[in-house]
Amino acid sequence: MNDRQQIKLTQGIDWPVMGLYLALVILGLMSIFAAEHREGDNVWYNIMHLNKNYSRQLMWWGVSLVLATIIWLTDSKFFTATANLLYAFGLLLLLLVLGIGRDVKGSHSWLVIGGFQFQPAEFTKLCTNLALAKYLSSLETDFNKLRSRLIAASLALIPAAIIILQDETGLALVYFAFFLVMYREGLPGLLLVIAFSGIILVLSALLVDKNILFIIFSVITALVIYFSRREIKRSRSRLLLILAVWAFCSAFVMFIVPFAFTKVLKDYQVRRIEVMLGKENDPKATYNTRQSMIAIGSGGFWGKGYLKGTQTRFDFVPEQSTDFIFCTIGEDFGFAGSLIFLSLFVALLFRIIFIAERQRSTFSRVYAYGVASIIFFHLAINISMTIGLAPVIGIPLPFVSYGGSSLMTFTMLLFIMLRLDADRQMVLR
Amino acid sequence: MSVYNQPRRRVIQMIILGMVLLIVTRLFFLQVVEKKYSKLADANAVLRKVVYPSRGMIYDRKGRSVLRNDVMYDLVVTPASVKNIDTNYLCQILQIDREEFRKRIVTAIIKNGRVRQSVFAPLLPPDMFGKLQESMYLFQPGFELVQRQIRSYPYSAAANILGYIGEVSPQMLARPAYSAYQMGDYLGMTGLEKTYESVLMGTRGIQYLVKDNLNRPQGPYEKGEFDTAAIAGKNLRLSLDIDLQVLGERLMRNKIGSIVAIDPQTGGILTMVSSPTFDPNLLTGSYRTRNFSKLFVDTTKPLFNRATQATYPPGSAMKPLTALVALDEGVITPSFGYPCRGGYSGCGRFIRCTHSNPGHASNLRLAIANSCNAYFVHLYRMEVDASKFGGIRKGHQRWFEYMSSFGLGHRLGVDIPGEYSGYAIDTIGMNKRYNNQWNSCSELYVGMGQGAVVVTPLQMANAMCIIANRGYYYLPHFVESIDNDNGEMLAKYKERHTVAHVSDTSYSSVVLGMQDVVERGTGRAAMIEGITVCGKTGTAENNAIVNGVLKKLKDHSVFVAFAPRDNPKIAVAVIVENSGFGSTYAAPIASLIMEKYLNDTISVKRKQVVKNMLEYNTLDPVVREKSKLDSLNGATAKMTTDQILNIYFRN
Repeated sequence: MNDRQQIKLTQGIDWPVMGLYLALVILGLMSIFAAEHREGDNVWYNIMHLNKNYSRQLMWWGVSLVLATIIWLTDSKFFTATANLLYAFGLLLLLLVLGIGRDVKGSHSWLVIGGFQFQPAEFTKLCTNLALAKYLSSLETDFNKLRSRLIAASLALIPAAIIILQDETGLALVYFAFFLVMYREGLPGLLLVIAFSGIILVLSALLVDKNILFIIFSVITALVIYFSRREIKRSRSRLLLILAVWAFCSAFVMFIVPFAFTKVLKDYQVRRIEVMLGKENDPKATYNTRQSMIAIGSGGFWGKGYLKGTQTRFDFVPEQSTDFIFCTIGEDFGFAGSLIFLSLFVALLFRIIFIAERQRSTFSRVYAYGVASIIFFHLAINISMTIGLAPVIGIPLPFVSYGGSSLMTFTMLLFIMLRLDADRQMVLR
Repeated sequence: MSVYNQPRRRVIQMIILGMVLLIVTRLFFLQVVEKKYSKLADANAVLRKVVYPSRGMIYDRKGRSVLRNDVMYDLVVTPASVKNIDTNYLCQILQIDREEFRKRIVTAIIKNGRVRQSVFAPLLPPDMFGKLQESMYLFQPGFELVQRQIRSYPYSAAANILGYIGEVSPQMLARPAYSAYQMGDYLGMTGLEKTYESVLMGTRGIQYLVKDNLNRPQGPYEKGEFDTAAIAGKNLRLSLDIDLQVLGERLMRNKIGSIVAIDPQTGGILTMVSSPTFDPNLLTGSYRTRNFSKLFVDTTKPLFNRATQATYPPGSAMKPLTALVALDEGVITPSFGYPCRGGYSGCGRFIRCTHSNPGHASNLRLAIANSCNAYFVHLYRMEVDASKFGGIRKGHQRWFEYMSSFGLGHRLGVDIPGEYSGYAIDTIGMNKRYNNQWNSCSELYVGMGQGAVVVTPLQMANAMCIIANRGYYYLPHFVESIDNDNGEMLAKYKERHTVAHVSDTSYSSVVLGMQDVVERGTGRAAMIEGITVCGKTGTAENNAIVNGVLKKLKDHSVFVAFAPRDNPKIAVAVIVENSGFGSTYAAPIASLIMEKYLNDTISVKRKQVVKNMLEYNTLDPVVREKSKLDSLNGATAKMTTDQILNIYFRN
């Protein structure tokens, strides 16, 4: 009896994902511990009194595992059924934060419930993912139609817009991860190319003088027109398209980017971007990135050894338990450790994609791709930021960074996926 | 749909792999290729802290410590951490105004930056320190009290011997000899502190600490694996008798001159007074710099150690040495006599003699006792003209060699820096001075201690040791032993220098002559009850150029002596500048020093002598008026004669 229940309880669980999850959370706990621990600290006392980040993280992990168990015991139909409801609830929470939220470290994105701070912007990733999966899997949706694409896009972008209003630009950026999911579900690849070109365009607009860029664009356009003059003869619309692209690029460089930089983006964001691009050398603005790079760089190939890092342990790196947690791994475990750490993430992402592709229901597949995309965006942005590849955008490293909201959200994201996967043999949804 | 989108799965996987590859490449350059980051990390996080050992102590011959290591406190500030403090209250304690407070903070930031400690108020006076320590919690963490070791001198004496310690200067740091020091370190600047710096300083420890982003030490680096322990400086044990030193400084007050007393059996210096002197405590503590400049410009030159740096004509004190040379060379015997009739006219010039009665120089003993000038200039001539040398040049050179071996004309090598060599003319010097045209008459005055021979008081005392020891001496020195040391530095002071091989009977005539000086002659003021003292007065003529005119100044009062006659324990040289006869000042002072040393007390009968010596004032009124020293000259100057007398003659 007991045996049978045991089999039933863990039946269908994807052990590779489970193992990678455990490994990452434990690595995270170790890193938070390393960042905070001082020689002579009473570790048990600190754990019992929840007065250190690592002890609180341990508690949040406990809570997350309880939530995971509840999800595991829930029927998978529940998630499809309540997806839209949860999405509405999430939007409500975000709006609530706008009203009664609390400012923490310059962002107005926190709710305080019974002494605990909670960040709904984390939680709504889960809701949005569910809602998107629900929408894309519904029978009425034909994703080849523009209308459906616009609805799907707005599902992802509405929460992002509210989050930007809360001054959490970093987290809002993550919602663009859903476009990766939409690409998988049939969004034209051209969009990805356009998005990529857009990034290049923004970067060049920032790095090169706008008048020179305008001249360059004009020359390129002239050359393109010259070389495709035969095609243009065949169809007049081709010329119009080329001219439209030229006009858009020029307008973007000449007006939109300067406007965004002076009117839309906050001062600190502009500075961070400029620092990342090497345009500004203000030591105060570069401090975070510089200290983070020193910490990671000083790790060398084999690292300094666990708890031996001098940079992360002595507060040289700011926010080292949360956004800059990768510094601890880079410093203590070196290049070799970082490589292993990154391959854990790659393994997890590839496994999730593998799981997604074996789903029979569109809902489950879209949901799983959503999970992979969110984790990937977090990973890429977070680590790029610590090694000076991206501007300082405050988003956590999934499962590893200190933070209850983040850990709970990612645990729930993952376990809903595991539940769906366990039930993949059931009827189509 | 799923099947249709299979290539898109690959694209997404490629995007993930591409991104991760980009990160890995960047990490590879950051962690493996680029080496600067670990250096930057160490600069960030490792604090090299020098641990100062306590400086070696200095004890006198009876084991009394002549100085103490005291701890004073500097108030240091870390500008970046100064937040929310009661500035008014701090200013009130430090007795500065807000403007000064601001200025010091700005100076600190300019000097050392915002996150590093700088001295805000050095060497706090005790009352200030007390108040600060009580309320320190109000000013932390921006302000901290930091220990600083300084010297203090319970006897307020021996300033010129001990020397002082001061902060190492940037010019010194540039020299390789000072490579072990760093900015802000203290080291011996003069005196024994300088000579024995290498043993007194001990071995500095270095502690590597890890520090956090605000430069706060967080604990040992690598569990102290690279730390080196501080080893305390070694203690010096001196031959100096601090009581004798204090007495000497008191007796010499209001006089310019010096006292040097040596234990002839070891060469250990018992006392070395240079007057005027100052309280060594002036050059430590809160007001060091201000006091130093006052001392430096004072008209009486208190920083000038007259005992080793001033040179004087030895005067009649030279005569026993002239006798020794003649005896050693065998040109005379103790019974040699000179028919002096009140002067010497052998060289066409008349050299006056104090005595004119016939027979006052009929043998060596009598000649010394009566200090017959004629006798000794004649001895010099006999010596240099001796036929065995075959010429005046060789003869004079021989004389010069004697002077040299007696320690005259060159530095003896005492263990405090800045010793002067004095002068004794050699053959080359004679050739120069007289254009190669000279004979034994040219500088015959040197036989009686005038002319081309000048000596430091230390050399005079050392010469007395030669007589006292009947022919040998040890290099005079202060340090007898260094605790836990192999004694390499002291080896040269343990070496016996034998300079004359004269028979005991020859010696006894010199010694008896000197005994007569004290018992029947000019040195009667040096008599000590129950002790046979041998001495020689000197009245050194001297000139100085005043306003461009060579002017004869008042004679220096000189007295050299040793006691007891047999198996002598102390040899003394006393000189009181421009005061008059040797018998008036130098002799009583020398005898009081010898009595105090030999009997450990001064007989009550001599209270009046002590009183006279304390009250004699031979300072030039002009110099005295211009000197600011009286207010500085601590313990000795502030005490009245009666107070001092009460110390030595209780009841």
